[in-house]
Amino acid sequence: MTHEKLTMAQALNRALRDAMTEDSSVVVFGEDVGPLGGVFRVTDGLTAEFGENRCFDTPLAEAGIVGVAVGMAMNGMRPVVEMQFDAFAYPAFEQIVSHVAKMRNRTLGRVTLPMVIRIPYAGGIGGVEHHCDSSEAYYAHTPGLHVVTPATPGDAYGLLRESIASPDPVVFLEPKKLYWTKEEVSLTTASLVGRAVVRREGTDATLIAYGPSVPVALAAAEVADREGRSLQVVDLRSIVPFDDETVCAAVRSTGRAVVVAEAAGFASVSSEIVARVTERCFHSLAAPIRRVTGFDIPYPPPKYEHLHLPGVDRVLDAVDDLQWEDS
Amino acid sequence: MTGDAHHLLPSGTPVTLIGIDGHPVAGSGRVFPSDAELRQALAALITARRLNDQAHALVRQGRLAVYPSSHGQEACQVAAAQVLDDGDWLFPTYRDTVAAVGRGVDPVEALTLLKGDWHCGWDPYEHRVAPHATPLATQLPHAVGVAHAARLRGEPTVAMALCGDGGTSEGDFHEALNFAAVLRAPVVFLIQNNEYAISVPLARQTAAPSLAYKGIGYGIPGERVDGNDVAALLTVLGEAVARARAGEGPQLVEAHTYRMQAHTNADDATRYRTSAEVDAWLERDPITRLERHLNLPASDVSEMREAADRVAAHLRDGLNRDISPTPAQLFEYVYATPTSQLREQQAQLADEHAREGAAG
Ligand SMILES: Cc1ncc(C[n+]2csc(CCOP(=O)(O)OP(=O)(O)O)c2C)c(N)n1
Ligand SMILES: [Mg+2]
Repeated sequence: MTHEKLTMAQALNRALRDAMTEDSSVVVFGEDVGPLGGVFRVTDGLTAEFGENRCFDTPLAEAGIVGVAVGMAMNGMRPVVEMQFDAFAYPAFEQIVSHVAKMRNRTLGRVTLPMVIRIPYAGGIGGVEHHCDSSEAYYAHTPGLHVVTPATPGDAYGLLRESIASPDPVVFLEPKKLYWTKEEVSLTTASLVGRAVVRREGTDATLIAYGPSVPVALAAAEVADREGRSLQVVDLRSIVPFDDETVCAAVRSTGRAVVVAEAAGFASVSSEIVARVTERCFHSLAAPIRRVTGFDIPYPPPKYEHLHLPGVDRVLDAVDDLQWEDS
Repeated sequence: MTGDAHHLLPSGTPVTLIGIDGHPVAGSGRVFPSDAELRQALAALITARRLNDQAHALVRQGRLAVYPSSHGQEACQVAAAQVLDDGDWLFPTYRDTVAAVGRGVDPVEALTLLKGDWHCGWDPYEHRVAPHATPLATQLPHAVGVAHAARLRGEPTVAMALCGDGGTSEGDFHEALNFAAVLRAPVVFLIQNNEYAISVPLARQTAAPSLAYKGIGYGIPGERVDGNDVAALLTVLGEAVARARAGEGPQLVEAHTYRMQAHTNADDATRYRTSAEVDAWLERDPITRLERHLNLPASDVSEMREAADRVAAHLRDGLNRDISPTPAQLFEYVYATPTSQLREQQAQLADEHAREGAAG
């Protein structure tokens, strides 16, 4: 097993390269992914290394990109397409919901779509409007799609390799603000999809997070530790499939939980987590599960985003609210 | 309906009225704008360039989050605004700040979104300029809707809908053209073909002989115009607006121009185009060309420059002013009446602030 120090963007690039090397049916396309290497440079060097047939720029048409990927996946290829930003995937929404997600079902499993839709998502980078949406709930709500989101460079590599190898379509959500985080990455293809992971052990309460909110939860646990409270942190890694087992075991072990997510809280993935865990762990809970999410407003501009995003203070406030004493 | 598509076809070469040397091009057979119109255009061009360069500098100073500059494309920006009447509408993209200013929008307001705020900054009804659209081509169906509604209401309004070369590949572009044609909506679609969509060159965007051909399948006549010749733009766009107003249906104009700077300050253009390619466009600069043609007394031109400096200073001052943030407003405009959840969240934020204030 090889280890390398990589940023998340480099780890994703490495995953694409390794998959393309191993499997000639893997093709990459999208807007500016060719010579430019993508606006976040995730596809850097792929056209030079594998040629124009394997990594190419498309016309500016997201519905077309995903629709063509459907056809290529129907005919023996494994397309990995890039949507340039979260909010620019919406023109492709019809293709994703009506075709990508349903093809297997409406053909009794005869036509499958091994394709990956990569989407840089979420905020925290001072982006202007349409560049910071947390769109996971739209996809997670659509039966037929896998939805995964890495929080570390290592997971980014492993999750992307596994997503490309998957027989089913995967919406692969890349937290933009973590593209430049760096760590030692083991280039393995161990199975991660559908498996949450305990990122930090703790005994008093459990923080449940995914993607961009994992570092926030870890930072909160660090501060809480100094204040004498031991917080456990669970990273979902995969929203669909959802790892009930790991999440519930973690919550049962502490009896208290807070969900941390950037997306607006109403009708969200965080609502789903609270519902599932409450249904399964009711008798182990000492307090209602709290959620710390973005407000129910359109994503605000750079100078306000720190007020909107779940931060350490808000997470710790929620933890304080977990009915530690009878009042 | 006739089977003959000939009247829809664009000319083989773009319409040019003033050559690079500043002399009129012979034999175009087109109306030449008056000196007064050209003088007005020159003053606007000089201001436009000054604003582009000022905004570019303000990004470097951290006063603007991002600026997609129209440096090099100012003739399109100026002409698109100048050919409209007060009752007409303009639908700009993120690159068309200068065109919005041409319609009377205050440049400080025009840059509100790009400064990194959540609202467009101006009242769209005041100057009949829609908010900038960033999701590509999504503004085009809106322009059709505004124009169609105007017709139903018996108003003589024309909508000028702006779009880039890359944007013509989006589904919304095609749906907008088709709707406009079927409804005979008075819309002028102006494509600023600046040869790139970020890094992707036009050849990767279309295999059509030119983007002006895109209207033919929908029954819309297309024209090609030199996008760095403001005289040609005034004539071609002016006539297109007149035809649309006269009830002849939508018109499509492709302006051939070039983006002289990177896509935005966040883009590195050296990764996909050579400096020789960029330099070759220098001699086609829209301002030099018109200055050569008009050959005005130096004092007239310096007056125009001073006026442009004043506009730039106004922009600089406006953006250098620190405005204290008003987080409570984030919750005010989501609905006509904020939901109880929003009220709760607003109170939560205010409470956090109060506690922070008390602690700090
Ligand atoms: C639906 C959508 N997809 C992708 C983007 C990201 N994006 C912003 S500008 C741009 C290039 C547009 O090129 P063009 O239409 O030629 O306009 P130009 O920038 O050259 O003025 C892209 C891909 C977007 N804004 N909207
Ligand atoms: Mg362009």
